[in-house]
Amino acid sequence: MSSMPGSQRWETPAAKAIPREGFFKLEQGRYGPIFPQTPACYGFSVVAKVKPGREQTVRDYGKTIEEAVATNPFVLAPLKLHYLRWILFDVGSGLHFMYQGIFDTDFDKYLEDAVALFVKTGITTVFVNLEGWPDDWRTNLASVIKFFREHQCPSFLEYGEYPYVTADEVKKALRLKAAFSQMLDQMQ
Amino acid sequence: MPAPELEFDDIQHILLTRAPALTGRYEFLSFHDGAAARVWLSAITDKVQSVAQARSTVAEDRRWVTVAFTWNGLAALGLDRASLASFPEEFRQGMVARADILGDTGANDPGNWVGRLASPDLHAIVILFARDDAEHDRCVAEHQKLIAACSGVEVLSWLDLKAVPPFDYAHDHFGYRDRLSQPVIEGSGEEPTPGSGPPLKAGEFILGYPDEDGPPANLPNPDRLSRNGSYMAYRRLEEHVGRFRDFLRAQGGPAEQELTAAKLMGRWRSGAPLTLAPDKDDPQLGADMQRNNNFTYRDMDPHGYAVPLGSHMRRMNPRDTAHNMNRRRMIRRGATYGPHLPEDAPDDGQERGIAAFIICASLVRQFEFAQNVWINDRTFHELGNERDPVCGNHDGTLEFKIPRRPLRKTIRGLPAFTTLKGGAYFFLPGLKALRYLASLGETAHN
Repeated sequence: MSSMPGSQRWETPAAKAIPREGFFKLEQGRYGPIFPQTPACYGFSVVAKVKPGREQTVRDYGKTIEEAVATNPFVLAPLKLHYLRWILFDVGSGLHFMYQGIFDTDFDKYLEDAVALFVKTGITTVFVNLEGWPDDWRTNLASVIKFFREHQCPSFLEYGEYPYVTADEVKKALRLKAAFSQMLDQMQ
Repeated sequence: MPAPELEFDDIQHILLTRAPALTGRYEFLSFHDGAAARVWLSAITDKVQSVAQARSTVAEDRRWVTVAFTWNGLAALGLDRASLASFPEEFRQGMVARADILGDTGANDPGNWVGRLASPDLHAIVILFARDDAEHDRCVAEHQKLIAACSGVEVLSWLDLKAVPPFDYAHDHFGYRDRLSQPVIEGSGEEPTPGSGPPLKAGEFILGYPDEDGPPANLPNPDRLSRNGSYMAYRRLEEHVGRFRDFLRAQGGPAEQELTAAKLMGRWRSGAPLTLAPDKDDPQLGADMQRNNNFTYRDMDPHGYAVPLGSHMRRMNPRDTAHNMNRRRMIRRGATYGPHLPEDAPDDGQERGIAAFIICASLVRQFEFAQNVWINDRTFHELGNERDPVCGNHDGTLEFKIPRRPLRKTIRGLPAFTTLKGGAYFFLPGLKALRYLASLGETAHN
């Protein structure tokens, strides 16, 4: 980790090579080893095989989320996200689904909040279309977390152009810029 | 759908009632012999009050007894492997194994704990709350007689409790009024105070009832063992009163000292919340349960100008500025211990503090979340380099920021005001479950 004071770390782009297991030293989180924060924040890349005949259902899920966010732009706020990417691909071993997220809370908290969100909002999770997804996911958080941990493919390299910055800090900086612009306008 | 009726005659009193006790004792036991342990349990179970008993006789009762077990304790009592395996992983591992997750490192490391609380031989706790010293001494003597008659049951250590004067309201050694914000359980018969939110489903705190997400699931088995039970995280937290007072004196005159103390907590020591009394203490407000918890943060104090974002109260219950709050609440019980340090006396080096129980249906979702994310996460609310100023893990390198106009005040090098001296995870069975555990030997022979 950079030795630079926290307030200046964002000025220097940083890259981090990550060991095969996904962490530098074994630190236990509430549900398993902690995947560390990198210059690209916290995140995961979950890869799983799609159940046969479910491709269109998975693709339709894109529209569901688009509409849910349009209806309530803050519906995913509990997840403290920067970005999410949903990808379908087939490189000869059947259709696979990849879910990449970059966010500002640790892995365990993300999953707790995600399951709570799915249950509360009624957004049917796309994961029910994946092989190995636990049938009792609604009531058995531990089994969901096990699925995510088993299907997580840790990065071996992550890069941040403005490393270690949270989404809230980015939004705060943009709000500040807007406020200064407005102040300067008022002084004309 | 109407809430299921709570089985008050089976739930241990500590879950739903607060005994009017000024003294008490925790005894920590080890079972070297399962049969002797069951004899002891059978005898002590008669002394354990249910909620119904405690409520009906609270005016006359002079003592209140609670019994709970570690996972190793349940094994020592003779619980079968399948039942033991059905308990959640964090409870099976125990608090010592979860130290890194809880932030119990450095001075708080289990290696520094007292009373053999870090030992795998810790099997049970007996909690005595007593109305006065005479009753305390009588109960202790009675229990010593019982232990003497059960060879194979060892008292590893004990902790005597003592309220801090003046006794007309509950407060800790730092002088903060206590017991101001507690969740209320649906069907308990209690009414939440204004601002405390609606009652929560019983399953958030008591096993066997629906919780905020739906019907109960994944409970330990058999059902008669888990029903009406709960989990308790025990924390023996030493309060460094001399260090705390020295720190306040360094902040300025008496008014600035009191304000700093209030900013650390989020309330004046009288209990008055800074959201409702931002500039000046209001002891009447602090003592008024109809008013002293009636506030939110998102609209009333979004930037923390009244209650700093990193203050103890705001971390332990972020109210409307956090998600899924109904699944994170906890019941707190406990008492102070150690001698009172008079206001102008120098620190006498004696240990004093709070010995508390955090009661919840899921240690990992409720208690461990609070420790991990709210208390010890340095980036809570984007604060950076802060932890809970009262009970977070501090090594003198962290800071505490007090928002104020035009510029915030940053206190650097915040000392540790508290040190964890011991802890454990306990399962708190219902009364029928206590009898079931006491009968395990008979079951084996049948």
